[in-house]
Amino acid sequence: MSSQVLYDSPGPRTRRYTLIGSLVFGALALAGLYAFVYRPLAANNQFSADLWGPLADPSNENFPLVWDRIRTGFANTLAAATLAIAASLIVGTALGVLRFRLAAVVAAPRPRTASARWWAVRTAVWVLNVVTRVFVEFFRGLPVVLTIFFTARILPEYGVDLPTRYFLVIGLALYNSVIIGEILRSGMANLPRGQREAAEAIGLSGTQTVLSILLPQAFRIMLPALISQVVVVLKDTSLGFIISYEEALQVASQIIQVLHNPIQVYAVIAAIYIALNYALSRLATYAQRRIARGRKSPPGAVVPDVLVPSRLGGAGEGPL
Amino acid sequence: MDVLTGNAGVFASGFFVTFQIVLLAAVGALVLGTLVAAMRISPLPPLRWLGTAYVTVVRNTPLTIVFFMTAFGLPEIGVDAGFLRIPLLDSLFTRLGTDVPYFRFAIVALTVYTAAFVCEALRAGVNAVQPGQSEAGRSLGLTFTQNLRLIVLPQAGRATVVPLGSVIIAMIKNSALAGAFGVAGDLFQTSDELTSAQGLPAIPVFIGVAAGYLILTVPLGLLLDRIERSQAVTR
Repeated sequence: MSSQVLYDSPGPRTRRYTLIGSLVFGALALAGLYAFVYRPLAANNQFSADLWGPLADPSNENFPLVWDRIRTGFANTLAAATLAIAASLIVGTALGVLRFRLAAVVAAPRPRTASARWWAVRTAVWVLNVVTRVFVEFFRGLPVVLTIFFTARILPEYGVDLPTRYFLVIGLALYNSVIIGEILRSGMANLPRGQREAAEAIGLSGTQTVLSILLPQAFRIMLPALISQVVVVLKDTSLGFIISYEEALQVASQIIQVLHNPIQVYAVIAAIYIALNYALSRLATYAQRRIARGRKSPPGAVVPDVLVPSRLGGAGEGPL
Repeated sequence: MDVLTGNAGVFASGFFVTFQIVLLAAVGALVLGTLVAAMRISPLPPLRWLGTAYVTVVRNTPLTIVFFMTAFGLPEIGVDAGFLRIPLLDSLFTRLGTDVPYFRFAIVALTVYTAAFVCEALRAGVNAVQPGQSEAGRSLGLTFTQNLRLIVLPQAGRATVVPLGSVIIAMIKNSALAGAFGVAGDLFQTSDELTSAQGLPAIPVFIGVAAGYLILTVPLGLLLDRIERSQAVTR
């Protein structure tokens, strides 16, 4: 329990006070919920069968149609989310590896006799390093809504005409691949130095070291952060309504235009989202525990700091 | 380029509206988030359950749904968030007092959503304090309040600054959704207005609007990096 830091284990008197306090505040909380949630809803007839029927009553004439639409909506949501996650993982991994290698090359010491070719390579690497850095900072600092919206605006201006789904996927992937790239990069940077030194000692090249030694470990350590980013992508897919992609919320709006029951429909959609995301978060916790319990992580592999995804992405838990 | 210079005023006023939303919602989220965090670490189980339920529900709901609920759900039960027409404040932020409720709705939605993340950042900070610290405090005879005030909160506060900052950065970005829900004239809605209604080319508009958000998010991110680095040393 979180209260471990703050409280001693309670004695009999404290237990009695806790019980009394619990009853009092529990009653207060229930009264609050009744006064500020139930009563306004009931007073405005929000519990009526007219509004809930199409969602909850199988004998209602609209029931099959409504749920058929919701199913279509979530199928589209999941399709776009899956594509976006796959794209973000692939591009993000590439970006993370590239940034890590560039930083390593830039930090490497200058040989005593530096040839013109060495200077040329070094300058190119330096420029590329700056370019990727700017790319990362740029997309990391922007709202995802904005990248989605402008993907759908800018690409058609240049004659790229795709189905809406792909604009959504590109917009999501632009943002999330940057985040995933940074998660993996910091994962690799925070591995104990011995890993890299051992790889060098047995004669692996820089790229081999990254691909076969550092990247797999970074994936494993960062798995929880990666999974919470997947939750973020799933939630962000709901932004598809901005560009009229027919995902769950777009479908919800269509239903509401006909049936005029926004609170009920959004509550149902929210419940489905919560169930999906909650399952995914549990998976993240489970993965984290497996990792902690499974192979002993190498000493010095400091996980906690880098595990805060919001620090990297902002959404993190964040953005949406 | 002409698009940027010609509409500089439009971008600037969009930035100003976004800035107002961010400022008000940040204050709201910090207050509400602290309250929920207090509930989650309280010794009383019902309060803990309530706090946990709030955080679980809100964190797993897309912000979009929270916005839909406030913008289309609240009017259904006759609420226009009028409690935000706070007397002195609404002369400073004039949009708080208008009859069009969407600015207030945006603040409600962002506050409700962000508070869950604020709560988690604060709670993580309190949990980061080693149990031995408050045990030592108690064995010195400090009362619960003294312990909290002198031992736990100062240490927790330090561990909280950076995660809280990240939450605020995320909220700045999330505020863009307000423009899609009826708040006229914020940065995001401005971009829609300029490209859709006025038919301006998308790339320059994108640059102008992106600059508005980056001005807010990038310096804050750099500041957090610095704080984080200085803390890494002291730790």
